[in-house]
Amino acid sequence: MSSFSTWDVIRNLLLSLPWTLFLSAIAFFGGIVLGFFLLIMRIMRPDSLGRFITWYVQLFQGTPLLMQLFLTYFGLALFGFNPSPLLAATLCLSFYASAFLTEAWYGCVISIPRGQWEASSSLALNLREQLRYVIFPQALRISVPPTVGLLVQIIKNTSLASVIGFVELTRTGQIITNVTYDPFFVYGMVALLYFALCFPFSLWGRTLERKFNVVR
Amino acid sequence: MKVLDFSDVIMAWPLFVSGFFLTCLLTIASCFLGTLLGTVCAWIRLQGPFLLKVIVGAYVELFRNTPFIIQIFFIFFGLASAGFKMGAIVASLVALTLNLGAYACEIVRAGIQATPKGQLEAAQSLALNRWQIFTRVMVAPGLARVWPALVSQLVIMMLATSVCSQISAEEISYSANFVAGKTFRSFESFMIVTACYLVIAIFFRKLLFWVGPRFIFGRIKF
Repeated sequence: MSSFSTWDVIRNLLLSLPWTLFLSAIAFFGGIVLGFFLLIMRIMRPDSLGRFITWYVQLFQGTPLLMQLFLTYFGLALFGFNPSPLLAATLCLSFYASAFLTEAWYGCVISIPRGQWEASSSLALNLREQLRYVIFPQALRISVPPTVGLLVQIIKNTSLASVIGFVELTRTGQIITNVTYDPFFVYGMVALLYFALCFPFSLWGRTLERKFNVVR
Repeated sequence: MKVLDFSDVIMAWPLFVSGFFLTCLLTIASCFLGTLLGTVCAWIRLQGPFLLKVIVGAYVELFRNTPFIIQIFFIFFGLASAGFKMGAIVASLVALTLNLGAYACEIVRAGIQATPKGQLEAAQSLALNRWQIFTRVMVAPGLARVWPALVSQLVIMMLATSVCSQISAEEISYSANFVAGKTFRSFESFMIVTACYLVIAIFFRKLLFWVGPRFIFGRIKF
């Protein structure tokens, strides 16, 4: 019979924090790569591929992440793979992030004035050059605040990976609660840790938004 | 063993139906209460007394920067151990309302802040009192202005009700988990419920865009 001191609880929670960060980082990075790829596809082929990507976004924005996680986890198992919770959570969160990011960025590209497209095509730039030298540099500026906002969403959403058994901050909190029977303190601490993680990014995102709004 | 076999899962349809109704109930109740709470908080953050402003500001930041699953665990398990015992459904409702209230506060506040100054002056010169100005000149057009953003938030809230299954509120995700455990057809069970959520989300969004202009902020054209 071992007993947990307050320090033990905090230490164990802090030890699990890197897993939350790790999962967030991979999901965010995967989301950026896949989301950017989808964005290009959507701009290049708005009629054929664009429609599929709209459906893809709809699918991820219209269903709960919890269900997506379960489907990925059990779906991979059904088709012969035996995924670790880490693999399933990473895959699922990356797809989820890519859907949200591609939608946000598409909005940024759309909001670039038509005249910019027309002017650059009258300079005989092809589509690739237009995007590379005219559209993306401008869209990048306005896309930073929503992207930071989505990063906060992703950090918070990694907590749902606990339901498929991935041991990160939330799951560790559950396990410790099962030992100490003090959910008030443990979940309070977990909430504070998430807050400490997300709040700086929220503030940063807000500052960026204000800064870019003044310039525009 | 066939790869996909829906027969056992479909046999459990009464569970899905009862779960569906609880999901709808949780969604509608929390949307109503949460938007109300958000509007009150928006008023406090703009015009309320200083102390309340600080408290509401802290509440909003705290709930916007922590995951919903932790909030619901804290309210259901944490508060129970501190003496406030609630049933799973009541705890879900409280958590959903508080969560939505924090997000709605920021959205509604943005809408209210965009009220043109001339309209406020016009309202004052027509001798409307503070309450009339707030409800008719600030909130109603403010809601109309941010309605698309608010609708997105309400849909996100509807999707978040799935997390309530983790504290054994018997909504449709709980049915999915239960049927998955009983029939060993996890993938099929979750697939059906995910499809249900997709249909609810699309329908709910349409419904809100229909309800808003008719019943919530009147026929205002911008």
